[in-house]
Amino acid sequence: MKWHVLRPLWVAIGLVGAIFVARVFLVPDDFGVHGQNFTYGFHRLSNIQEWQDFPVKYQGRESCEECHEENLAALNSSTHQTVECENCHGPSVDHPDPNEFLPLDKDRSLCLRCHAFLDYPNSDRGALVSIVDRTHKRRYECIKCHNPHDPKEYYE
Amino acid sequence: MTCSRRDFLKEAVGGTLASVLPISAFTLLTTDEAKAAIAESNIRWAFLVDTTKCVGCGLCVKACKTENEIPYDAAVTRTWVERYVVTKDGQTHIDSPMGGRDGYTTDLIRDEEIDPEDIAKAFFVPKLCNQCDNPACVQVCPVGATYQTNDGIVLIDRDWCIGCGYCIMACPYGVRFFHPEHKVADKCNFCYHRISKGMEPACVECCSFGARRLANLRDPDDPVTKIITTERVAVLKDEYGTKPHVFYIGLDANVR
Repeated sequence: MKWHVLRPLWVAIGLVGAIFVARVFLVPDDFGVHGQNFTYGFHRLSNIQEWQDFPVKYQGRESCEECHEENLAALNSSTHQTVECENCHGPSVDHPDPNEFLPLDKDRSLCLRCHAFLDYPNSDRGALVSIVDRTHKRRYECIKCHNPHDPKEYYE
Repeated sequence: MTCSRRDFLKEAVGGTLASVLPISAFTLLTTDEAKAAIAESNIRWAFLVDTTKCVGCGLCVKACKTENEIPYDAAVTRTWVERYVVTKDGQTHIDSPMGGRDGYTTDLIRDEEIDPEDIAKAFFVPKLCNQCDNPACVQVCPVGATYQTNDGIVLIDRDWCIGCGYCIMACPYGVRFFHPEHKVADKCNFCYHRISKGMEPACVECCSFGARRLANLRDPDDPVTKIITTERVAVLKDEYGTKPHVFYIGLDANVR
């Protein structure tokens, strides 16, 4: 008996079979359920290691201290002691080799992030020493007069 | 119908094999192996944000974008800082230009000048991925490209993500975005590469005011865990049942 449905049915079954065969080659060996269950743990296991190997850029002040002890000693005794070196000097990922000089940010806008006056009652912002940008020595870089490592010190 | 003894035995053996072989494809674990496979990690990362300490400098956003190689001038970011100014007439003014990347240096909110006399309350709220216990974003992923690690972090497999965007829609906190360079979904992972080396996340390290802190909830001696477990903390959108793990001090009803 010839049945016209049979031929496309074989094609469809063949396609499904081909997908299962292709899957064996395309899906990595470590893909499967890892962790607690299928809903949250269905993934490629080696991806965790890939994320852990992502390069670190910000090295922290301990790494700065290895060479720049004096600067850190001054900073640590000032009101800026909580400010991380790399916030102004930039991430030290490739410093000192091969990148000998870090791009120091001397711009007013960096200082204004904390020291532009905003009278906000529920934030510590209002308690910081601050200026009104429009009226305070507009054209100058802040570090012309203030020592960023010891902000209580002024240059004349 | 006739059936010889030889044929009967052949088919009986064949049929038995055919029914048993597929079962052998499943691995049978011993009790110890099964316990090891679902073993709980001794780490469960969580985060504590003290909004009363945040001054809106945005250095966390800058550090995050640099550390995690998020295009600096694209309007996407893994963490951001929102500004809330509630005026005495009951209106709430919220803004977060470029995610607060350049800090808040003027009192203009969406080009609107607000008289300091009219301010009833004003504060900053840093936001980041909540690393939920029941992450909605992971449930909806059709290809298994996003998942939860044993220490509670939700990661995205950039090689496996097809960029369909379901997870971006599913996240109630809006922390997921489409990475403009890798063309896949992206989000905060508490700087997984740093915390698994024993370092602090970049935003925590760059915060000068202690507004952001990382905690290991499974370590009872962790000072931040002690704050989370013994002091009054809140989470965002608790009603969604996602069990978020970013805890806030000083949250307000206006914060959504």
